[in-house]
Parts: sequence; C-alpha cells; structure tokens
Amino acid sequence: MNRFAELLDRLAYEPSRNNKLRLLVDYFRTQPDPDRGYALAAMTGALTFAHAKPALIRTLISDRTDPVLFAMSYDYVGDLSETVALLWPAPQPPERPAGSNQPLAPTLSGIVEQLHETSKSALPLQLALWLDALDETGRWALLKLITGGLRIGVSARLAKTAVAAMGGLDPNDVEEVWHGLKPPYLDLFAWVEGREPRPVTDDPAPFRTSMLAHALDEADFATLDPAEFSAEWKWDGIRVQAVTGFDAAGASVQRLYSRTGEDMSQSFPDLLEALGAAGLGDVAIDGELLVVREGLVQSFGVLQQRLNRKSVTAKLINEYPLHIRAYDLLSENGEDLRPLPFMERRARLEALLGRLASPRLDLSPLVSFDTWEALAEARRDPSSAGAGADAQAIEGVMLKRLQSIYAPGRPKGPWWKWKRDPFNVDAVLMYAQRGHGKRSSFYSDFTFGVWREGPAGDELAPVGKAYFGFTDEELGQLDKWVRNNTINRFGPVREVNHGLVLEIAFDGLNRSTRHKSGVAMRFPRISRIRWDKPAKDADRLETLERLLRE
Amino acid sequence: MLVAMAASDVLTLTPAGLYCRAGDFHIDPLRAVERALITHGHSDHARAGHGAVLATAQTLGIMALRYGENFAGATQAIPYGERVTLGEVVVSLHPAGHVLGSAQILIEAQGYRVVVSGDYKRARDPTCAPFEPIRCDAFITEATFGLPVFRHPEARQEVEKLIASCRLFPDRAHLVGAYSLGKAQRVMALLRAAGWDRPIWIHGAMEKITGFYEENGVPLGQMRKVAAADRAKLAGEIVICPPSATQDIWARKFPDPVVAFASGWMRIRARARQGGVQLPLVISDHADWDELRATVEETGCCELWVTHGAEDALVHWAAQRGLQARPLNLIGYGDDDESVAEAQS
Repeated sequence: MNRFAELLDRLAYEPSRNNKLRLLVDYFRTQPDPDRGYALAAMTGALTFAHAKPALIRTLISDRTDPVLFAMSYDYVGDLSETVALLWPAPQPPERPAGSNQPLAPTLSGIVEQLHETSKSALPLQLALWLDALDETGRWALLKLITGGLRIGVSARLAKTAVAAMGGLDPNDVEEVWHGLKPPYLDLFAWVEGREPRPVTDDPAPFRTSMLAHALDEADFATLDPAEFSAEWKWDGIRVQAVTGFDAAGASVQRLYSRTGEDMSQSFPDLLEALGAAGLGDVAIDGELLVVREGLVQSFGVLQQRLNRKSVTAKLINEYPLHIRAYDLLSENGEDLRPLPFMERRARLEALLGRLASPRLDLSPLVSFDTWEALAEARRDPSSAGAGADAQAIEGVMLKRLQSIYAPGRPKGPWWKWKRDPFNVDAVLMYAQRGHGKRSSFYSDFTFGVWREGPAGDELAPVGKAYFGFTDEELGQLDKWVRNNTINRFGPVREVNHGLVLEIAFDGLNRSTRHKSGVAMRFPRISRIRWDKPAKDADRLETLERLLRE
Repeated sequence: MLVAMAASDVLTLTPAGLYCRAGDFHIDPLRAVERALITHGHSDHARAGHGAVLATAQTLGIMALRYGENFAGATQAIPYGERVTLGEVVVSLHPAGHVLGSAQILIEAQGYRVVVSGDYKRARDPTCAPFEPIRCDAFITEATFGLPVFRHPEARQEVEKLIASCRLFPDRAHLVGAYSLGKAQRVMALLRAAGWDRPIWIHGAMEKITGFYEENGVPLGQMRKVAAADRAKLAGEIVICPPSATQDIWARKFPDPVVAFASGWMRIRARARQGGVQLPLVISDHADWDELRATVEETGCCELWVTHGAEDALVHWAAQRGLQARPLNLIGYGDDDESVAEAQS
C-alpha cells in the first residue's frame, strides 16, 4: 500500500502529463502482481466499494479525537479524508507475546481483496486496523481509494497509456483488449512485458475507443473547404456506442457503452431488448442516446430524469422512451470499418438502417450546405433547416471530413464541433462555498440568483451554481470579495451581501421541481464579473421564464 | 508575607512585544527598544536598531551578517547556561534546537521561573544544539504548528523522497525551496547523512549564512554556487534556494525543474498545491503538535502563554489539563521562516 500511496501522492502534485506518465511507468515496472493490477483498476475506475462512505470515516475519527480539535483541524484542512489521515492517533504499542509477528503494513491487493469480503458491520473495525498500520500518506491514499475520490489528475486513458508504454505499444492496443480483462490484469501485464501473447478477448460485443471532435473556432473557417466536409446536428443527449454480437453459444448479446467505454447496459434494459429485437447482427454503432416521445426528440433535461436511477421501473421506461440516433458504423459482421473514409462508413450505416425498421434506432440526418455562411444559418436556426420541432434537442452542428477514418481519441482536424452560442443572464452572487483540492482555500463555488417579486418587495431566487469560467486571477478577486462581504456562515458556505453581479453563460434551461425558482440551467459558467453593475439592475426571473417558453 | 506570583508579574505585553519590567528588557521586540534579548537570528525575531542586544554568540554573528556589524548600540554574547543578572532578575539562555544559536530564555524572579521558548523543535538536527527542557512555573511557547494535524514525519524519510526523485528524473533539476537560515543547512546536512555525495548547488541568497554554519563547525560537504553556473546544465542536481526563487523567472532556466519545498506547511496538500510545489518535503524547524504537548508537560508549568501560531487548539488542550492558558496573538512573528507567503510570492 505504501508504494501505491507514494505514487498517488506524487501524481497529485505533478502537473505535467509526461511526467505523470513516467511516474506511472516506473510504478508498473517496479511493482509486483497483483498489486500493480489493482492500482491500475483503482485509476481506471474499475474498483468500487459499496460500504465505505464518508459518514463511516467521520464516525471512526470522532470516536478517537476531541470534537473541538477535530472541528478546528477539519476547518483548517478542508478535506475529510486528509484531515482524518493526519489526525488519526498513533496506536498504542501492541502487547504481544514474545516471538509473535509484528503487524505488517497492508498491501494494496490485500486491502482490495479483503474489502470485497468484509461485511458492512465488520468494515469499521477492519478499516481502523489498516489506518493504525499505515502512515499519513498511506492513510490518505486508503481513504481516497475506498471513498472513490482519488482526484489525482490521472484519467483511465493515461493509466492505460502507461501500461502500453511498458511494452512499446500504442494505447489503443490496450483499449482494444481492455473490455475483456478484469483486475488485477495479470494477462495484460504478461502481454505488455512480452511474456505471453495478446490476451484473447472472448467478449462478443467489445467497446471501440470513441473518436471525439475539437471545438471549432470561427477563425478556423478560413482554412477549411466546405466541399471536404459533411455536417450533421449535434444532438444534446449522451454519446454512446451500441454493440451487438453473438456469444460462443450463438446467443445474441447487446451492450451499451459510454464514450469513455463504461458499460451502461444495466441502466437501459428496455433499449438493449429493442436492439436485440432489431436483428442488427454483429455491429458496433456510434450514436446519441436520446428520449423520443411520439416522434419528438426531448431536451437533455428530460433525458436526465431517466439517468442515474438506482432502479429502472416500468413507469420510468414508459415515460422516458429511449432512442439511439446513429452517427457512425464502426464494425459490421466481423469487418472493422474504422479504416474506411467517413463517406463509405456513412453509406454502410444508411444501408444497414434501411434494412431494419426499428422504432428505437434511426439515422442522424445530414445537414446540407454549400458555404460556411449557409451552415452558420442552419446552426442559428435548426428548426428551419430541417430539424423542425427537434431543434430544442440540438446543441450545434458537427463537421466531419468526408475522407476521415475513424481514429480513436481526439485527433485534431478530421472532426469539429460547432456549438450553439450560449445564453447569458446577469445574476447576483448569493452564496459561495470553498472548493476542493487545489481550490480548498478558495471560495470557488458560487450560487447566484435573479430578482423576483416577493411578499416584501423584490427578493433573489437562486437559479444555479457555477464553479468555473473565471481565470485564476479572477478567482483570487472573487475569493477576496466573498471574504470581505460575508454576512453569514454555514460550515464551508458563506452567504454574502447582494452586491456583486455575475454574467452567467449557459447552454440551456429546463423546468425543475428541485430548484425553488422552478428553472435549472444547463452547463452554467461565469462569463464575466460585472464589478460595474449595480445588483438591482441584474436580470429578473421573468426573463428566464420567457426563455423557457420560447 | 508570601504572595503567589504569576507570569504577568514578570512579563507584560507591550506594543513592542514581551517586556520584563523588573529587568527592563524586551524579548524579540518587534520594534527598536533600549535593551533586547534575542532568541534566534530569523528576521521576524531579530531586528536591527536596538540599543543593546543580549544573545548567543552565534545569533549575534548571524545578525551582524544580515544587518552589518553596527546592527545595535552594544552587544553581549552569553554562552548557553550562564546566568546574568539584569535589574532584579537573573536570565540565562538554553538551547532551543530551532537553528544555529537559537535559545530559550529563562527568567528567574525571586525564585519564580518563566521560560520563553522562542521558536523550537525537538527533532534531531545535526546543525544546532538540541533543545533542553527546563522546569518552570510559566512557559511561554510558540505554536506555529499547534494543530493535531501537524505531526512531522522523520526528516530522513523526506530527504529520501528527494533522492529517489533525482534518480527517477535524472534529466530534471531539483529545486528545493528552503529558508536560507537554518532550513537550508539542515537539508544539506540531511542529504549528506542520506549518502548524497554530489556537490550541492546553492542560490546566492544563502551563500553567506551557509559559510557561517561551516565556520561554526557544521560540515556540509562540497557546495557550488548557482550564480557561477549554466543553469541549463544542472539536470540531476539538487539546488537549494529561497522558496520564493522557485516561482521566480530565475527558476525557468533549469531543465524541467522539479519544485520541492521543505517546510512543515507541506503537510497540508492544498498549501503545497497553491505554492506550485511538486515535491513537498515535510521538514520543519518548529515543534509539531506532539512535541508541543510533550514539551509543555516536561516543563511542569502551571501557566501557559501561547505567543503565535495556531494558539486556540493548544490553549484548548492545556485548559483541559488544568493549566492556566492564554493566547497572546502576537502579530509579527511567523512572517518569515516557513511562511507560506514566501511559497506563493
């Protein structure tokens, strides 16, 4: 565990991707199986521990420390796992019969394996024993590991890239076999170290690394020729990969992956069933997950009601009928189509969907245009450019080079996304909360509101929360303003004078029963700090309601 | 008739800092005074311009190095343990283990004993005399790291992290931010003890003080001056510099520098990240929470004043143990050594 903790500790402070990669490669090269495999699993999100919750950790520490000193310490450090790791009292030297073994620091694999076997009721004691045996860094890493908040700035992709680098492989080589593998990945390490052949993935419906687009800067148009591109709507749903195939016994298998390769099949049994019934054969389709009611594509806000539910009820399935709008075809009956140009893949996709008549699967239509001006007009007004009432679920246009192969990752040049311009509103800062990690000493999460008529004159209705959009320098200014204008404190949250106007940019608006104001913003961020604007001149709730009606 | 004495009969708080009326002197005064007793050479404790200064010979030497020979009207060096009568009290200096020459001040007034700790630590440090606990009635302590989250690891372990990083990244220079008086030399000594036998590169700001340590019998091995070198060629080397220099344009010429910072504050991750530190080394010249408590207990005091740092937690702990404890909230100390402001500037 200690070596893993040191790695996490070092990674957390290292800003450079290349240097992170070197730290990872060094770790994987020098650490034994199965420890390194569990470390890889931790960094790729393949480990979850159901019973380890922050409340449990809080109970453990409050049983062992003076509440006043704990409160002072937590307030100072600002992060629960870190506070507990630092505050954990050193155990009394154990009274052991002579000759018995000293307790050893637990290994990462020991911890992971034990955690999966430990019942909820036995967890507190087990956790306390480990915390006793580890040093500060080890305790911190353990608590981060089990509560699922590593936050060390290492993506699953980077961790896999490091594994690939051990054997001089391309990271996509690892991605291709990844879904057939399980922690602690003994076969993967054996392969990259040249001790064994490539692991055979017997997965009948594997994930293929998604191809992503860069955001288009309007200045880029000067260098781009419209004749070389195809355009289609950028649907505001969730990018998915639907894969169907047949297992060894010949039974049909369907899977739905997120764009990062997370298997989301379990959340969407109805859609999986529809894919199975569609008779697709052995294919991998890249598309967008949407809710479509009576032929009308619903906004992201509606789709969101269907996501992240613990149980998928019949009611939920009926009220939120799911749909896949297909963008691309990556493989068909064992043939890898990714090396083909986009236009050929598109033709194959059209042919495939033309043979089927699935109510849950259709083609994302192309947007015709001759000039960039024409495309700009379609982007501004999708409903007049063929999208009709579905325009509410469109967040811009996608440009794909007709000759582009399907290249995993985010290559620059072949694909561009050109999002719709954001909406803006002037809102008043109401509350600020201290951030996490790098921002733990800054008030960096801002709740803002707009005016509405209340029983005693105008009052602010909170409409959203934003924690980015500003520069580091502006963050410093905001933090200072919050500290100087605090009127109330609730733990890490400060209520402030209603004196600062923030220009908020957002991508959409939904009705919400959860928010007091009745509206919820999509992707709100601070676009400008209006030091100059008096708070009373900020926008009113009616403005947002009008936007909602439109 | 015997009247029980209290710390406030011996020391009072004035705008210039702690003052002993019976002996007519200030301790570590924040502004120029007639007569000052100085615990150690850090600039927040040792200022120039006093009428007369009484301190250890090393502290006086450090002050002369920093402020010039005429930093005070008159100076008097006293060795550790020697008792000197000042007015109605007797004072003596005792090792504080903080930096070279650092001292605690014992004041004896009609048998009543007050100890002013200055800054101190209990961890072993080959560059200065170790702290000596002194029995007293009232103990005036610092509390820079007076929260239970501050428990310094062994400094040896931290230096090993640095050496391991040099091995892993031989193509990068390792810049170690360390306060130029005390911390820098301690890091050098720790590196030598850990077997680092390459020359250690030092920033111009610490050349004089490092030379002073060596003249005072602290061997630090082979030093090289960065000023005279091509910084781009210092890959794989360890460079010790003031913490602010690591964020300076000066640091950019080194090959892909790893920024390390040796300070007790590095225990807190957010602090290290705000300072742009990639390799935090938790090495402190101040007592940690456990050392503060152990020291208070060893003195056997019944009255505790906490001068600066995280006063509240230590006062809370002391009050629970039945001590009379109060925070002094002295402003002006702790601005210099190990300060985070330096890491951020």
